[in-house]
Amino acid sequence: MIASVQLRSLRRGALGLLVAAAAYEIAARSGAFPPALLPTLPAVGRALVTGIADGSLLLHAFHTLYRVLCGFALAIAVALPLGVLMARFRPVENFVLPLASALMPIPSLAWVPVFILWFGLGDLVAILVVFYAATFPLLLNTWSGVRAVNPLWLRAAGAMGADERALFRKVIVPGALPFIITGLRQAFLRSWIAVVGAEMIAASNWGLGWVIFDAKEFLNADVMLASLAVIGAIGLIFERLVFGSLERATVLRWGMVRAAKT
Amino acid sequence: MHDATSVQAIELAAPAATESVWRVVARTAFPFLVVAALWEIVAHLGIFPPRLFPTLEQVGSVFVRLTAQGILPHHAVETLLRLLAGFALAAVVGVTVGILMGRFSLAEDVFLPLVSIGAPIPGIAYAPLFLLWFGLGSVSTVLLVGFVSVFPIIFNTWTGVKAVKEIWVRSAQAMGADDRRLFRHVILPGALPYVLTGLRLGLAQAWRILVGVEMLAAVPWGLGWLIFGAREFLNTDVMLAGVAVIGIIGLALEKLVFQRIEEFTVVRWGMMT
Repeated sequence: MIASVQLRSLRRGALGLLVAAAAYEIAARSGAFPPALLPTLPAVGRALVTGIADGSLLLHAFHTLYRVLCGFALAIAVALPLGVLMARFRPVENFVLPLASALMPIPSLAWVPVFILWFGLGDLVAILVVFYAATFPLLLNTWSGVRAVNPLWLRAAGAMGADERALFRKVIVPGALPFIITGLRQAFLRSWIAVVGAEMIAASNWGLGWVIFDAKEFLNADVMLASLAVIGAIGLIFERLVFGSLERATVLRWGMVRAAKT
Repeated sequence: MHDATSVQAIELAAPAATESVWRVVARTAFPFLVVAALWEIVAHLGIFPPRLFPTLEQVGSVFVRLTAQGILPHHAVETLLRLLAGFALAAVVGVTVGILMGRFSLAEDVFLPLVSIGAPIPGIAYAPLFLLWFGLGSVSTVLLVGFVSVFPIIFNTWTGVKAVKEIWVRSAQAMGADDRRLFRHVILPGALPYVLTGLRLGLAQAWRILVGVEMLAAVPWGLGWLIFGAREFLNTDVMLAGVAVIGIIGLALEKLVFQRIEEFTVVRWGMMT
C-alpha cells in the first residue's frame, strides 16, 4: 500500500520533470528565442561535460570553495567562542548583542564595494564577505543554544562534582549542539550566496560566480546554466552530506533531536 | 527547528520590565559609542587615506546633505518598490502553489521535485541569466527577487497546510462545513503561522539579494547602485551612508513589518504565544 503510493509519487515526479524539460526543449528549439540565450539541454550538458573534462569548471569550483571555506572557518573561529562567552557572561552579551542586531540586517553583498575599496580586488574581499554573512547566524544560534541548555543538567553535573572544564565539555557543548548545527547550516547557506555574489561584483579571474558573470559578456548561456548546475550541486552536497552526517554523528545519535518523520 | 531570531526578540524585551528605561538605553548605546570612538581615532590618526576611511562627521554630513537633497530617499524608495513588487509576486505565486501542494497529492508530486531542484541554487547565481533574458534594469531585478523569495514561501506554506491537525478538518466536516468554509476557517488559519514564517524568510532572502542584484543590473536608481557607483569616485562616505540606510531599512522590515503581522494574527488567535 505505502509502496504503491510512493511509486505513484515517484512516477508523477519524474513525469513532472520530464514535462518541464520537454517544454524547455521545445521553447529552445522553436526558434522563437535566439539559441545563444536559450540553449538546448544537450548543449548545456555538453558545456558541463567539456567544462569538467578540461578541468576549468573544477578549477573555478576549487577557487570558490577555497574562498567559502576560509571565510567560513574564520566565522567559526570568531562566532563560536563569542557566542559561548555571550551566553555565559552578561557584560559580553550586553556589549555584543546590540552591535550584532544592528549589523545583521545589512546584507553582506552591500559591503562588497566598500571592501573592494579597502582591500582591493581579490580573494580577501570574497573571504571577508563570506565571513560577514556567516558570522551572525552562527553567533546568535550559539548564544541561544548555550542559554537553552537545561539548567537541571548543569545543576546535576555540578552536584556530581563536575568542574568548570568538564561542565563545559560534557554538558554545555553537547547541549547547545542542535542550535549550533542549525547555525552552521544557516551560515553556510548564506555564505554560499555571498561568495557567488561577491565573485560577480568583485570580478576576480576565477570562481563559479565569475564564470557565470563573464559568460554573460559572450552570450554563453550554456556555460551559465552548466555553472549553475555545479553551484547547486555543491550547495546540496554540503547541506545533505556534510551537515547531515554531522547531525547524524552527534545530536541524532545522542537522541537530542529526532529525525524528521518523512 | 531551532531558530534564534524569535528567541532574540523575547530576550531583548525581557529585561526592560525590571530595569529602568534609561539604563537599557545607556547599556545599548554603550557598545556603539565605543566602536564610534575607535573609528574616530583610527580615522583621525590618518593611518588610512581619508578618502577611503572617512571620519564619522563626514559620513554624517554626507548623509544629511543627500537626504536634504532628496537623493538618498529617492534611492531608498526605488529599492523598496523593487523589493515590494518582487515580494508581492512571490507571495501570490508561492502561497498558491504551496496550498495546492498541500491539498492535492498530484500537485505535490509534480511540484516537489521541481522546487527541490530550484531551491538549493543561490538566487544571485541566476542574476546574469535573468539579465540576459530580460535585459538590464528593473524588470530583471524584480523577477529575480520574486524568484528568490518564492522558494521558502512555497516550502513553508506546503508544510503548514499539511500540518493542519487532521482532527480539526474532520470535526469541521462533521459539523457540515463545505470545502470553501473548511478552507477559509480551518486550513487557512491553521496554516498561517507557517505561511507567515515562509513570507518572513522569503522577504529576508529577497532583501539579502536585492542590493547585490542592483549592483549588477545597472538600475538608474537604488541603494545598491548608489554604493556601487560611489566606488568609481572613491566616495567612501557616500557608500557608508548608503550602507547605513540599508541597515535601517533591514531593521525596520524585521521590527515593524513582521512582528506587527505576527502580533496581529497568530498571537491574537492564540496559535502561538
